[in-house]
Amino acid sequence: MEKFTKIEGVAAPLPMVNVDTDMIIPKQFLKTIKRTGLGANLFDEMRFNQDGTEIESFVLNQPAYRNAQVLVAGDNFGCGSSREHAPWALLDFGIRVVIAPSFADIFFNNCFKNGILPIILPQEDVDKLMDDAQRGANAVLTVDLETQTIQGPDGGSISFEVDPFKKECLLGGLDDIGLTLKNETKIGAFEAEYASRAPWL
Amino acid sequence: MSPKTLYDKIWDAHLVHEESDGTSLLYIDRHLVHEVTSPQAFEGLRMTGRTVRAPEKTTAVPDHNVPTSLDRAKGIEDEMSRIQVEALRQNAKDFGVEMYDVDDIRQGIVHIIGPEQGLTQPGMTIVCGDSHTATHGAFGALAHGIGTSEVEHVLATQTLIQKKSKNMKVEVNGQLAPGVTAKDITLSVIGKTGTAGGTGYVIEYMGEAIRTLSMEGRMTVCNMAIEGGARAGLIAPDEKTFAYVKGRPHAPKAGNWELALAYWKTLFTDKGAHFDAEVILDAAEIAPVVTWGTSPEDVLPITGTVPAPEDFEGGKVEAARRSLDYMGLTPGQKLSEVEIDTVFIGSCTNGRIEDLREVAKIMEGRKVKDGLRAMIVPGSGLVRAQAEEEGIAQILQEAGFDWRMAGCSMCLGMNPDQLAPGERCASTSNRNFEGRQGRGGRTHLLSPGMAAAAAITGRLTDVREIV
Repeated sequence: MEKFTKIEGVAAPLPMVNVDTDMIIPKQFLKTIKRTGLGANLFDEMRFNQDGTEIESFVLNQPAYRNAQVLVAGDNFGCGSSREHAPWALLDFGIRVVIAPSFADIFFNNCFKNGILPIILPQEDVDKLMDDAQRGANAVLTVDLETQTIQGPDGGSISFEVDPFKKECLLGGLDDIGLTLKNETKIGAFEAEYASRAPWL
Repeated sequence: MSPKTLYDKIWDAHLVHEESDGTSLLYIDRHLVHEVTSPQAFEGLRMTGRTVRAPEKTTAVPDHNVPTSLDRAKGIEDEMSRIQVEALRQNAKDFGVEMYDVDDIRQGIVHIIGPEQGLTQPGMTIVCGDSHTATHGAFGALAHGIGTSEVEHVLATQTLIQKKSKNMKVEVNGQLAPGVTAKDITLSVIGKTGTAGGTGYVIEYMGEAIRTLSMEGRMTVCNMAIEGGARAGLIAPDEKTFAYVKGRPHAPKAGNWELALAYWKTLFTDKGAHFDAEVILDAAEIAPVVTWGTSPEDVLPITGTVPAPEDFEGGKVEAARRSLDYMGLTPGQKLSEVEIDTVFIGSCTNGRIEDLREVAKIMEGRKVKDGLRAMIVPGSGLVRAQAEEEGIAQILQEAGFDWRMAGCSMCLGMNPDQLAPGERCASTSNRNFEGRQGRGGRTHLLSPGMAAAAAITGRLTDVREIV
């Protein structure tokens, strides 16, 4: 997994609640057996007409936001299907940070497995960043995971919370299977004890 | 010892290791795998030279991509879909995992076949790379959806890194009125809590109305726990649960059955156990419901009218405006006057035998309205066979339904079963998101009985007027 330390990038505003993973990456793109290449179809139905031409008004089609690295959105971002294709599509497009007042559980966890930092902030902070993001190419945010701060274009700073274990994994780009396997003897011991407790399993 | 919830008990029984910050390693008893969310996980194992730690606890089935046409034995036309199913087949073979292939009568939607095969048992931890894994909670199993990275993690370690969720109680007291079903309960709960109301929680459903439900009905309720944002939904096992599990192919046998049963009987929430949140509903007040918008929380009784954006607050005002535009509905319009083009009956929410019986009961001697497309997709090959044996399939076909093979089908339209732009569907599935059943398609979620009623009249219809 790619490390996440500090990102300085344009923030794109997506002022919608309940952005679901079907919107982020529609089902027809889930037929891939790879993790890469999904960025071309990120937000496909909002971003492209059926003939494949761009819908100009969609935020990521506007010149200022084509290289956005941060997304600022409404409540319950990433709800619905568990498809990890959603964070894969965001990452492939170049989005490394999503800021919202709340996230759906599975999507939130999936982000951390892919070097994307989802940040939960109070509504008033999200509103402020949404305003900042609406300034187009000037909407550059600096997101520093080490210090857990977001620096706005005006120099103001907002701090955020992040789970210490997840932070460590992102900073180090750690493979959590490798980490778990360090506890392999504990898993083996559990299995032995469990087999005596629940022999029918 | 302080009193525990059912969730607390299952959690504690599977805890392998806990860090001081609460980050825990939870042991997984059953891992269900389908073709869409697993290829990258198996590929990850190959790249790192890892194996599947417990192939005997892992079961694979193709469901999302498979055609549901009767001639599907000839193979999958769509190349990408075919490759994905072939990848599952190859991965199952290479890693020693049992698979119910497309031509196996046991094939079906992953959340239907788990219970059907006795793979789902009380007290288990069950995961699958699919959000509707919550379904298995109906057996008092802690079951939830995971991403593909976590699928790989479970394959390699048979554990999952988790932090414990909070406990929520959803109590549905009293009895349901005639024509009101498990689907109406689960949609009404989401209508009350919102799609994010359950975020951070595991829900335990309880109360007389839940106890009275069949196992099929309980699965419908737990299936949509995820639509309320919860990590999982649970219902404490009881005699109905034990009777359902007994004798199934993977159920405990002989002496082990008694041991298992003795343990399963301890799986309930202790008196006085703490819940962090509570939602209480009166079953008598639940009506047959439909969704009007593009979020499962957009629920109203069928007797209601389409709301206006101004009826809402905050970000929901704009969301409602967008939904109404997408759905082609006008505020004030009666829901019972909304005309439909398509009826879809199936999915892991409502593709079980009881659902098909309910539809057949209503359709007997009646016809699907001329010009409607009406399809029934049984949840598994075994559900299909049972429906044929019971004469249900014949009733449905005579009524004008297209009787199809098992799979996820139009619930998400990954196979050819899709809505065309602007088409409107009365659907027993679980999500009414924009484009879910096909780009531009309009979905109204409802119960199987309500779907049958809509099939007869060609519009959203109160099932109580029909039966």
